[in-house]
Amino acid sequence: MSEFKVSIVSSNEEIFSGTADMLYATGSLGEIGIAPGHSPLLTGLMPGPVRVCNEDKEETFFCSGGFIEVQPDVVTVLSDVAERADSMDEAKAIAAKEQAEKDLADNKDNVDFAKAASQLAEAAARLKTIQKLRKKI
Amino acid sequence: MANTKEVRKQISSIKSTRKITSALEMVAASKIKKTQDLMFGGRPYSEKVKEVIEHIASSSSEYSHPFYEERKNKSTCYIVVGSDKGLCGGLNINLFKKIVAEAAENQKNGVETSFALIGVKAVTFFGNLGGKVLGQATKLGDKPNPEDLIGLTKIVLDEQKKGNIDRVVLCSNKFVNTMTQQPTLQQLIPLSHGENEESQTSMQWDYIYEPEAKVLLDGLLTRYIESLIFQAVLENNACEQAAKMIAMKNATENAGDLIKELELLYNNVRQAAITQELSEIVGGAAAV
Repeated sequence: MSEFKVSIVSSNEEIFSGTADMLYATGSLGEIGIAPGHSPLLTGLMPGPVRVCNEDKEETFFCSGGFIEVQPDVVTVLSDVAERADSMDEAKAIAAKEQAEKDLADNKDNVDFAKAASQLAEAAARLKTIQKLRKKI
Repeated sequence: MANTKEVRKQISSIKSTRKITSALEMVAASKIKKTQDLMFGGRPYSEKVKEVIEHIASSSSEYSHPFYEERKNKSTCYIVVGSDKGLCGGLNINLFKKIVAEAAENQKNGVETSFALIGVKAVTFFGNLGGKVLGQATKLGDKPNPEDLIGLTKIVLDEQKKGNIDRVVLCSNKFVNTMTQQPTLQQLIPLSHGENEESQTSMQWDYIYEPEAKVLLDGLLTRYIESLIFQAVLENNACEQAAKMIAMKNATENAGDLIKELELLYNNVRQAAITQELSEIVGGAAAV
């Protein structure tokens, strides 16, 4: 086994798919190099370059964080595009919740609108019936 | 008998409506390709994450994550993916009906129901229905950003970890082809353990985790669920444009039929008026 399959994907596209005989990445605990037949490994990725080497060719990709899964013959890099931090996630969660609460509070307007729309439809239907009746006369 | 002016007015108003619907049809047709490309572009990631998750499920890890825990179902959260805009036929309402039916079933069995809503149409529908809404995300546009969904996902997952929610269901439209969209309810949590588990248990192995299993699995499973939701949003977008195109095409055709009918009526009315006038003149002349 002198080479392994590599796929690098991000949430909106496939960045790289092919074979390699060596791969270097920045793991969450430091630089890692993966050779064919590596034992199963799961680790986080730090923002940094991922280098895929194949014979004498070398390709470099930038990953802004994510995960890397290593199987003896397959390496999968799951890259994030979005900048991630726990504190940022928290802020976003609060924003989503507040939006829902606000809408619920404002819901009165929505209800009024729906009511008005249904009243309008009713009135229009009534008018139509009257017109039809007139035609017959 | 209606008069000619009235009919003419009606014809012109329908004609302008037809212009709008045919323009919308063309807009939707041009967007279909883009939304479909996005949908297919997102697939490799969700497939790869799924593969990794399956590997993890088949490994004999010492740590078991709460997402795999089968609890007695006391509370279900529905993550509903709807569209932001209307005029797309029965796309949203078909999905919502399915959810409402399930929610009614839950109520009968004493299961609490809550919602996490994506898209303006979902928010207005379930807001008026009066369910418990945990969070919402709207106005994602034609090119949604995974970042916009992080907050919503986090609320639901945190509630699940706290034990307030036992089951999470993702509700969205699956894109079959341009003519067909399939409303689907997919269970996210508890996660299933993968089907080929038995064949692999003969080989006992586990990952080397760096730094530790709990942190990594938590991050990875969260990412997995986020990717499923994001993919559902992309797919729903493609569905929306396809449904919109079909709905607007039908509307344009119907407007055409209506105009034809009205034109016939218009000519009838005009002819009748002329005939009446003529007979009045003839009658008048005879009287003199």
